[in-house]
Amino acid sequence: MQPFTLTRPVDVKSAIAAGARPEAVYIAGGTDLLQLTKDNVETPREIVDLEILSLSRIHATANGLRLEPLARMSDVASHPEVVRNWPVLSQALLASASPQVRNMGMMGGNLLQRTRCGYFRDTGFACNKRFPGSGCPAINGENRMHAILGVSDHCIATYPGDMAVALMVLDADLELTGQSGTRKVAIGDFHREPGDTPHIETVLQPGELITGIDIPASAAAKRSHYLKVRDRASFEFALISAAVALDIEGDTIRSARVAAGGVGTRPWRLPEVEAALAGKSPDPGTLKAAADQAGQGARPARMNGFKTVLLKRTVLRALQTVSA
Amino acid sequence: MADGSITRRGVMVGAAGGAALAMPLARADDTTPALRQDTVPSGTLPVSLRVNGETLHLMIDPRTSLLDALREYAGMTGTKKGCDRGACGACTVHLDGRRIVSRLTLAARCEGKEIQTIEGLASEGHLHPVQAAFMDHDGFQCGYCTPGQIMSAVALIKEGHHHSDAEIREWMSGNICRCGAYPNIVAAVRQAAREG
Repeated sequence: MQPFTLTRPVDVKSAIAAGARPEAVYIAGGTDLLQLTKDNVETPREIVDLEILSLSRIHATANGLRLEPLARMSDVASHPEVVRNWPVLSQALLASASPQVRNMGMMGGNLLQRTRCGYFRDTGFACNKRFPGSGCPAINGENRMHAILGVSDHCIATYPGDMAVALMVLDADLELTGQSGTRKVAIGDFHREPGDTPHIETVLQPGELITGIDIPASAAAKRSHYLKVRDRASFEFALISAAVALDIEGDTIRSARVAAGGVGTRPWRLPEVEAALAGKSPDPGTLKAAADQAGQGARPARMNGFKTVLLKRTVLRALQTVSA
Repeated sequence: MADGSITRRGVMVGAAGGAALAMPLARADDTTPALRQDTVPSGTLPVSLRVNGETLHLMIDPRTSLLDALREYAGMTGTKKGCDRGACGACTVHLDGRRIVSRLTLAARCEGKEIQTIEGLASEGHLHPVQAAFMDHDGFQCGYCTPGQIMSAVALIKEGHHHSDAEIREWMSGNICRCGAYPNIVAAVRQAAREG
């Protein structure tokens, strides 16, 4: 592991100044970063500790939920208002990692965990994320776990998180604070597809911090669900996950939000499924027909073609669960 | 250990250093490194850690994990290093009352926090009820993952995640046992939760 210094800024302004320095990275929970530094995948010279900033509040009102970036995964998952009014968020967090890691991992860092695959984590291989232009061994290699949507000729690594997939169906906004002020970015505009720059995963500028996550309250958020399908029952990345939020009044789906994890190079919204649900009755035939739309534009590799079928089935099961 | 009796760890440390079998180890309230000085990276950062109610003053490298600080600098080898990546749970300790994996925690960020390790569970010569339950149910074979399993189980019971075997299994999922003692671990947690 390369030597680094540990910097402890006293406020957001000094944190941003430190974080903007070359070869500096932020640390919050540290669960992703310290694995990557151990394997020399990340080689920072300076680690900027955010914990002292005490931005860890969870603030729920009738209008919505504001999460500060250093709120812990376990605290958000078990917060009674989150469980009641944004169940998909609580469920996605509880399906993530292990109890120990959820006690460490924080909201901002969770959104910023690296999009990664086994080749990215092994410095013995080429990787366009680690060394742009060096090549992608996953495209013709072991790619059972890799993405089928949003892939490029440069990278097919799957976005690994669960929480961001839930935030996609909750219409969450991120508040970003940088050297030139504060801006709002919708969660759906935050993560980037790899294209020919797979080493750039989000729209964050150097030094820019996530300073808040704003989630509106809604009937759909209250009727939401997260389903994660894995190779083993717990402490495993998704083969496929589905987040759904339905606003149903009487016998009509007034609006639908559907997103998937495990399939995309970024959290993946499924507008084709949403369109097939809106204005319809939530009957078994409608749900099946809508779920069958999932995955348009998929480009499977040699070993992950099963995901196109598993995606439809996972979405269907999640839709059945919330409309029951 | 201080009386020079032969222990398994004493033999291993002695062999690693090419020294006498019963090389003395640092005690928990001592700042002497457990291994010979030249096997420990030189430390430049002074850190005070509160471990099991005692304060340890250490000179560490900023890269040092809490796990390595405990094992290599403080001589507290009850906490185990398994995968060294936070995936197996062998390094589980409590930090300010929450279970965490000490391998993915920088020791330098733990100042002012309360750390509890497996060494701090027993009181006045009596095993903690979870330790006793693991003995009663043979909740281990080789025993290497056991300190982490027990620290997780103590936290699980405090969190209230013990209302069914399925719930216990889910909330113990951050601790891997390659011997496969899982049924006995679940039985031990169930018993300790009932008695607690």
